[in-house]
Amino acid sequence: MWLFFLRRLLLAILACVTVMVISFTLTRLSGNLAASIAGPNASAADIAIITKNYGLDRPLPVQFLDWARHAAEGDLGRSYLYHVPVWNLIRQRLPITLTLGLTAIVIALAISIPLGIIAAAREGTIADRAIMLVALIGQAMPSFWLGLVLIIYLALDLQWFPISGVDSWRGYILPAIVLAFSAVPALMRLTRSGMIEALAADYIRTARAKGLSRSKIVLKHALRNAAMPVVAITAVQLGYMLGGSVVIEAVFALPGVGYLAWDSITKNDFPVVQAIVLFLALIYIALTLLADLVNALLDPRLRR
Amino acid sequence: MSAVAPLPAIRRRVRFPILRHSLTLLGAAIVGFATFVAIFAPLLAPHDPFVQNLNNRLIPPLWMGGQPGHLLGTDQLGRDYFSRLIFGARISIIIGVSTVIASGLIGITLGLLGGFYGGRVDDAVMFLITCRLSIPIILVALTVVAMIGSSLTLVILTLGLLLWDRFAVVARTATMQVRHLDYVAAAEAAGASRLHILLREVLPNIANHLIVVATLEMALAIMLEASLSFLGLGVPPPLPSWGLMIAEAKDYMFFSPWVIMIPGIALFVLVLGINLLGDGLRNLLGADRLQ
Repeated sequence: MWLFFLRRLLLAILACVTVMVISFTLTRLSGNLAASIAGPNASAADIAIITKNYGLDRPLPVQFLDWARHAAEGDLGRSYLYHVPVWNLIRQRLPITLTLGLTAIVIALAISIPLGIIAAAREGTIADRAIMLVALIGQAMPSFWLGLVLIIYLALDLQWFPISGVDSWRGYILPAIVLAFSAVPALMRLTRSGMIEALAADYIRTARAKGLSRSKIVLKHALRNAAMPVVAITAVQLGYMLGGSVVIEAVFALPGVGYLAWDSITKNDFPVVQAIVLFLALIYIALTLLADLVNALLDPRLRR
Repeated sequence: MSAVAPLPAIRRRVRFPILRHSLTLLGAAIVGFATFVAIFAPLLAPHDPFVQNLNNRLIPPLWMGGQPGHLLGTDQLGRDYFSRLIFGARISIIIGVSTVIASGLIGITLGLLGGFYGGRVDDAVMFLITCRLSIPIILVALTVVAMIGSSLTLVILTLGLLLWDRFAVVARTATMQVRHLDYVAAAEAAGASRLHILLREVLPNIANHLIVVATLEMALAIMLEASLSFLGLGVPPPLPSWGLMIAEAKDYMFFSPWVIMIPGIALFVLVLGINLLGDGLRNLLGADRLQ
């Protein structure tokens, strides 16, 4: 168990380092970073000042090591646009993105688990087919477009929700629904296949032979065993959602981390961009590490 | 394809085979139609998709009281919406196909190597997959396009470099399963080179799984291109990408909702068609255990 844990932790740390290299490299892809920060009308002197102030004249490996050392100590640098530490910017906006992501994952689970169970319990019937078709339709819906359509009809025409912003809790509902939509198909498929597998197992036959009711067999015996992969993928999906919320936050003008990222990308605020890419990757790595450990605790067969 | 079926597919009892096949056929029809439109776009489009006419802005579609000659109306710059939609299919199909080729090459190579050699090679492949998965796709793609400058080629390259993970995972698992089957051992005994075994023995026998992944990734690539273009960092204007059409028309959607409904529905139908086809192929090719 400890060996498994150590091995997994080592891999996670290695992945962190790789992601740091990638997020650093990304922001240096433009030919001349200082020139693109300065804008098209900047003079050569302006560019020189920016180059000097941001230390962009140093060799790339030196810049990277400098950034990496500070990042490891929790100092992600300063936004050149807002002149405040990047971490402050992220921390201010994080509650909005987290609220959005958690609400969305709750909605997604509330939709996909019951539907997945019904589809599995009625495998091969018209109900199963219909539910799977709904999953396919959900998968094909472009989230930004769905968001706009909901804004037009539910927010503008019916005035049930605000068009944008999060001045009240109602502002979160539409974006959370749209974000949940993207996770429903995967969660539903997994619940369904897990339940089908669990329902075919020997202990279900035993339970049936004991004369337990069908609903009890499905909900108590099978669901418990089908739940594990769903728990794991929920963690992964939450990670995806935090990354994918950039589109939703842009559509609904929610001032969260995703919106900050998009804004910083379009304005060349590279310290913020590389910090957010790193931050989201770290959350994902941590979530998958956690999911792996929980699964290993629950199922000793996975500890290799 | 069906002549060699090394993986015993779990055949499930299907009580509605007609329904299942009709959906697959519907998917194939949608994809075939979109490809046809994409290839013959210049012949099919009634107008030049780039020509603006500021006197004819935001004409509604014909059935909403528009003008004859503009079936789907015109956009905010007076360009014929029907023609732009047709050329938009071209962009989506190009993005979908090229991205799948690029990401397929990367992912299948990695998956074959990891699954075949195992050990350290497999550890390295798994590590690469882990790193790839931890990177937020949309953010990274946005950053790349913002740093280098938007172009169709760059979007394809970026998505190709980002979307190979599922190819790698599936190719790896499937390769592991056929690695120790008799025909691989026979080829090894016959003195075939490793390259020959990988390309001629293993690859054809895991192709059914990879075809299903290809449909999933194609749908995903088309969706991501639309999202990037919608955020202004994908395909550059004035190219008629459906995502870009939605972004450009967004300011007018409150008064003329059809400006975003038309490209949105086109995108939805195409992605749904690809997914229906992929879902059908998954069952037909017996590839339903790895995805």
